Parts: sequence; C-alpha cells; structure tokens
Amino acid sequence: MSVILVFLLVIAGFAGWWLSHQRLMGKPWLEQGLASDFVAFDRSALPTAKIGLGVFLAVVGCLFALFTSAYFMRMTVSDWQPLPLPRLLWFNTGVLILSSVALQCASVAARRGQVDMVRLGLVTAGLTALAFLIGQLMAWRQLTDDGYLLSSNPANSFFYLITGMHGLHILGGLVGLGRTTAGAWNGARPERLRLSVELCAMYWHFLLFVWLAIFALLAGWAATFVDICQRLLT
Amino acid sequence: MVDITPADGIPPAEVAEVELYHPRSWWTKYVFSQDAKVIAIQYSATATGIGLVALVLSWLMRLQLGFPGTFDFITPEAYYQFITMHGMIMVIYLLTALFLGGFGNYLIPLMVGARDMVFPYVNMLSYWIYLLAVLVLVSGFFAPGGPTGAGWTLYPPQAILSGTPGGQGWGIILMLSSLILFIIGFTMGGLNYVVTVLQGRTRGMTMMRLPLTVWGIFTATVMALLAFPALFVASVMMLLDRALGTSFFMPAISEMGEQLPHNGGSPILFQHLFWFFGHPEVYIVALPAFGIVSDLISTHARKNIFGYRMMVWAIVGIGALSFVVWAHHMYVSGMHPYFGFFFATTTLIIAIPTAIKVYNWVLTLWRGDIHLTIPMLFALAFIVTFVNGGLTGLFLGNVVVDVPLSDTMFVVAHFHMVMGVAPILVVFGAIYHWYPKVTGRMLNEMLGRFHFWVTFLGAYLIFFPMHYLGLMGVPRRYAELTDMTIMTESAHHLNSFISIMAFIVGFAQMVFLFNLIWSIRHGREAGGNPWRATTLEWQTPHTPPAHGNFGKDLPIVYRWAYDYSVPGAKEDFIPQNMPGSFGPSREPA
Ligand code: HEM
Ligand SMILES: [Cu+2]
Repeated sequence: MSVILVFLLVIAGFAGWWLSHQRLMGKPWLEQGLASDFVAFDRSALPTAKIGLGVFLAVVGCLFALFTSAYFMRMTVSDWQPLPLPRLLWFNTGVLILSSVALQCASVAARRGQVDMVRLGLVTAGLTALAFLIGQLMAWRQLTDDGYLLSSNPANSFFYLITGMHGLHILGGLVGLGRTTAGAWNGARPERLRLSVELCAMYWHFLLFVWLAIFALLAGWAATFVDICQRLLT
Repeated sequence: MVDITPADGIPPAEVAEVELYHPRSWWTKYVFSQDAKVIAIQYSATATGIGLVALVLSWLMRLQLGFPGTFDFITPEAYYQFITMHGMIMVIYLLTALFLGGFGNYLIPLMVGARDMVFPYVNMLSYWIYLLAVLVLVSGFFAPGGPTGAGWTLYPPQAILSGTPGGQGWGIILMLSSLILFIIGFTMGGLNYVVTVLQGRTRGMTMMRLPLTVWGIFTATVMALLAFPALFVASVMMLLDRALGTSFFMPAISEMGEQLPHNGGSPILFQHLFWFFGHPEVYIVALPAFGIVSDLISTHARKNIFGYRMMVWAIVGIGALSFVVWAHHMYVSGMHPYFGFFFATTTLIIAIPTAIKVYNWVLTLWRGDIHLTIPMLFALAFIVTFVNGGLTGLFLGNVVVDVPLSDTMFVVAHFHMVMGVAPILVVFGAIYHWYPKVTGRMLNEMLGRFHFWVTFLGAYLIFFPMHYLGLMGVPRRYAELTDMTIMTESAHHLNSFISIMAFIVGFAQMVFLFNLIWSIRHGREAGGNPWRATTLEWQTPHTPPAHGNFGKDLPIVYRWAYDYSVPGAKEDFIPQNMPGSFGPSREPA
C-alpha cells in the first residue's frame, strides 16, 4: 500500500499548503466586519471549473495509485508471470503524446483567439485519441491471439484491468472533447471556449501522465525502480 | 471591538462563471431538478426508504435471535443475507448518503451563502446514479438465490463461493455492481460539495467563519473522495474474480471436490483495500455528525462554541489521521509486529482530537442558557452515547482484552453505539432543527418528545444488555445459539427482551415518519428563524428558501457563526450577515 500512501502524502501536501493560507490561527470570534485583506481569503482566483477538474483528477489519481498498490502486492505471489508487452504500445504512446500536444496547441491558440487553429487542434486531438483507443484494442487482440487471456495469469488480469480503466477515462474525456469541438464550430463565446479547451488539455495531460506511469508499471520498470529505492533505504 | 469594514464599497459576491439554472417545467423543477435543495430532499427520501428496509431486516434478525426456532422462514442462509444487507445499507446507503447527499446538499449552499452548488447538472446526475445503485441493491432480494450473505465486509474467498448465499448466484454480483454505481454517483456529488465550499462562499465568509457543520461535511467529503476509490478497486477486482474467473483475491481452492479455476490470489489484498476505505468510512459518518452537533449545542444553549479553532483543527486532524490506521482491523491477519505497533499507535493518537471535541461540547454547555428543545435533547443524547461507545472502544483497543471479546456481541454493541445509534441521534436532532427551514413548519412537539425518549432509552435497552451477552461469550453473526452451553436461561430471556425493545424502538420511528408527513400541512407556522440562530440559512428572505436561495443580493458576512448572547447586543444572537460591532472592546487578532 506504499504507492497510495505516497500519493496521499502529495495530496496532504497540497491540502496543508492551502490550509496554511486560510488563517487557521486567526481568532474569528474577535474579528467583526469585512477587512479588505479578508477578501483575499474568500476564494481562489482560478476558474471554478478548473478547481473542480483538479479535485476530480485527484480522485482519478487515487484510483490508479490504488491499482498500482494492488499490482505490487499481488506481484509477489509466485504464480506471477509477466507478459510480453506488444510493440504496438510504443506506437500508441506516441499517438497519445501527439494528442496531448495537439490540445496544448489548441489551448495556446485559444488564448490568442485564433479560432481556426483551435478547431484544428481539437480535431487532431480527438482523432489521435480515437486512434490510441483503437490501438489499445488491437494490442488486446494481439495478446489474446497469442494466448495471454484475462484469467490465465494475474499479470494478464492486471494488464487488461488497468489499461481498460485508462481507456474508459479517455473515452469519457472524448465526450467532453466532442462537446468542446461542437462549441468551437457553433460559435461559443471566446472566453467560454478557451476555458473548455484548457480543461480538455489539463485532463489529457493528466491521462498521458497516468499512461506513462502505468506503461512503466506494466513493462516492469516501475518494479525495478521501487526495488532500487528499497535497497537505498535499507 | 474593532470594526474593519473598508470604506470603499464592497465588491459583489456572485460566482461569475456559474450561471443559475432556471427550471422551465414541472419535471425539471421537481423531478430532474438541478436545485440542490430538491436534490437534498430526493437523497434524504431515498435514503430513508432504503433505511426502512434495513430496519425491517434488523427486526427479522431480532425475531430469530430473540425467539429462536419460532420462525421457519428465517433459515441460517436468510439470516446471513439479512445481516449483510442490514449492515451495508445502514453504513453506506443510509448514513453516508443522508449526511453527505442529504444534509450536504441542503446545507452547504445555504450556509456558505451560495445560490446553488457549483456544478448543478453533475449534482443532479449524482442523485439519479445513487437511486440506480439503490435499485440494483434492492433487486438482489428478487434475484434467484437472493442477496449476498457474505457479511458487510464481503471478505473473499467465502463471498464468492457457493457455500455463501448469493456467492455463486446473482447476489454478490448485484451487490458489487451497486457499490460501483454508488461510488460513481457519490464522486459526482462529492466534487460539488468540496468545490462549493472552496469557491461558492459569499463575500466575507472565510473558511474560519464557516459553521462547524460545513467543516464537518466538507472534511468528510474530501475523505470519502479519497477513500471510496479503494472500495471501487476492490469491487471491480472481486467482480472480475466472480464473473470472469480471474485470481486477484481468490487463492487456489476446491469446492465440493471440484477444483475452482482460481489460483494464487490474495484475500489479504482485499482486506487492505476494504479497510483502507472502511476505517475512514467510520469518520465519514462521524465528522458530519460532530459538526452538526456543535451547531445544535451552540444554538440551543445560546452560547458560542467553545474552542472553535480547536474544533476545526480536530476535524482536519481526525480526517488526516484516519487514513493511516486501517490495519487495526487486520491484527489477526498475521502482519509484521512493527506494523501492528505502528497502527496501534496511530489508532490511539486519533483518540486525542476526538476527546478534545467532547470536552469542547461539554464546556460549551457549561453555564449555557440550555433550552431543552428536541434538537438539544438529541444532541445531548449523542454526547452521552458517543462517550459510552468510546469507553467500550477502550476495551477493544486493548489487544489483550480484545482477543476474548472479538467477534462477540460486545463488538456488535460497541459499534452500534458509536457508529449506529450516535450518528442516527444526530440525524434526528438535525431533522428537528432544520425541518422548519425546509417546510416552513415546526414538527409536532409532543410526538417529537415521545420519539426522542423512546428512541434514546430504547436504544440503550437494546444495546446495553448486548455488552453482557458479549462478556458471556455469545458470538456475533450466529443465527442459532440454542444448543450452546453459554446460552443460559437468563441469556435467552435477555435476548427476547432485546428483541421486544427493538420492535418498540422501530415503532417509534413510524411515529416519527408520521410526524414528518403530518407536519408538512398541519405543523405550527415556523417563521424564518424559529431558533433565533445566526447562520445564513436562517436569514433567507423566503422560508422555505426560494430558487436561488437569497433573493436579489447575496448576503455579506461580517462575523463568525457563533455570536450568541454577546453583551451589548440587542438580542441574544447576531446573524452572520449583520454589520456593525458589538460586545466589549476586544483586541483584534
Ligand atoms: C433499530 C436499530 C438496530 C438494530 C435492532 C440492529 C440490529 C442488528 C443485529 C441483530 C445485527 C446482527 C448481529 C449479529 O448477529 O452479528 C446487526 C449487525 C449490524 N448492524 Fe445493526 N441494528 C440496528 C441499527 C443499525 C445502524 C443504525 C447501523 C449503522 C451503522 C447498523 C450497522 C450494522 C452493521 C455494520 C452490522 C454488521 C453486519 C455484519 O456483521 O456484516 N445497525 N444489527
Ligand atoms: Cu477502524
């Protein structure tokens, strides 16, 4: 369970930083009225939707950290036989990176008010993300054809489970991306469009990060890394 | 006292990007509503409905325990199914949903001075997914083989073996699916509760001016958002084990001479995941109760809460600590002794902030102008019950004492006191307190007092004797105890007595439900602020609050939530949105 604890430590760090800005040492029973320096404590200047997405991503991160924890714990049992990762996954990784880059471009373009570039970026991101999902399905097909079935080994089970969960999150993101794209064509207000594009980009970067982490996990590098850490500690 | 209002006008308080949604038809106003107040009532009604199912199940269990052999239809299998559904419903579908989905939705926007939750559409989805989860859960009763009987902890491997009711049937599948749905729905709601507290607060409402109710619900929601994923992961993996034959949790096992397809899985892994969720869950239910009780006591004793800052720190501290104690539920799973030591220590440390809260409640009451209203009665009953349950917790926290007591009725008595009766008492107190705001009318006083005394005394008469049964060694989760030597004549009598009390207490709840419905039309008119309370929900221009909560302008907050009996003020309470300085001159912080 160490992975999830480290993750929670990061969250606790954020929470502690935020709390330390909330005048927890203040004496509210003595402070009547509205000081101008109070206004700063009312709420964050960030758009509410971004904060909402941030909180959601913390939950998603928690989910994948827990899968990782479970993976490490299950891995120690002797029946564990790592499966050979299909080469295709490298290609998929590239496609997903491309998707993230496209959304980053769209986000920059939205800030500059270049609607054409925004549209281009959104469509590219959507298509590449779709390509990623199809690629993942093809990787699944390859593995099943080679006899690495879901229930034949726990390593396989975890592979399908974790990649599947990640894919579902991308699929959910595509719904949001689709709505943003539709907005970009139907003349959404510029500041509105910019916010939605930025939200999509944030979500995409996060899922890319998650993918890189689970790729490292499934390929076995993460285990080596943890091993080295443990050896350094003991 | 120094008034620190700036001279140059006050900036507007609305949240700019969030546009208030305006319902156009009856359907979008009352059914597919995005108004947090309506969603709160939907959540509460659904939770109450499914809670009644859990109540009936507890009656059935008590019938069996009190009068063994009399009721043929309560087979041992059925008894396990009743236990499992009763426990799961009470903890998750009733208490969690009611405190966060019900009270959270109603109170957060009103108390922080917002027009609605920040993501109303997602909030609406949250309720409908919760309803779906409840329906899937209930469908277990009608599925072939009935609901699962694995115990609310659902420990594998037994949970999905054919020896357990519903293990190889539909029961466990429906239970796990329902939990998965519940968690998805809760996450949607939880995002709203958290972000509304972060971003929806009106001008002047700093975090340190929030009523403790909001602090409690806020912290509990943050915890739930981080803890429920563990149950989600456990449920998904167990579902795959059951439905597709994977071996996440299932070791190699043979059943009735037949080798099952599983191999090498780790039941301990499930226990880790389950309790990583399960322990924080105790506090997810307790923290909102702590917060609400603080406000009830302060309001009905006409006195500011003692040690507000410490109360906030304690809530946050409990929330953080409760994530590093989970393995105290697994002392018997053969862990490394150093881990056991670590978890025992953290468990003991968590008692400190909890004790601080109890002291502060008592000190708030000290020399207060205590009005023995029904909410106050329930709040006092909560403190007594909670302390009582805490004391038996000391027994169980001590490993040497725990060994003979574990898995006896003593444990059942203990956890019903702390996490069953105590939070439920707060729920009742809160309903008597806020019902006038929700409906505009008071609940009937006489019925309310009847409900209180029967529930409070009755709950003691149910659960107090259980401690003695536990000390005698009566085990928990046993449908049939007749032939055991420990079951003396007097123990049987005690069991029958407990069962009869359970029926009486249950009947009192029917009176309460009747009161809830009857008073909507026939209750005494309440007016906007019957308890003369300071917090914002009592200062709305309309009662019940209209769509948008606060009329044309949002309130502006000038003070904390506990200005009761301030010397020099005209009345014994000063609403949070009243400007001006009162009280003897004190130095500003
Ligand atoms: C009228 C009130 C209640 C009565 C009469 C009652 C009765 C019972 C009984 C007889 C059992 C089974 C004991 C055994 O044989 O092991 C039980 C278990 C349980 N109850 Fe209650 N209960 C009540 C209220 C509650 C509430 C409000 C909660 C909320 C937390 C709750 C949570 C549980 C849990 C978690 C279990 C354990 C289930 C398991 O062992 O899997 N109960 N209750
Ligand atoms: Cu615990």
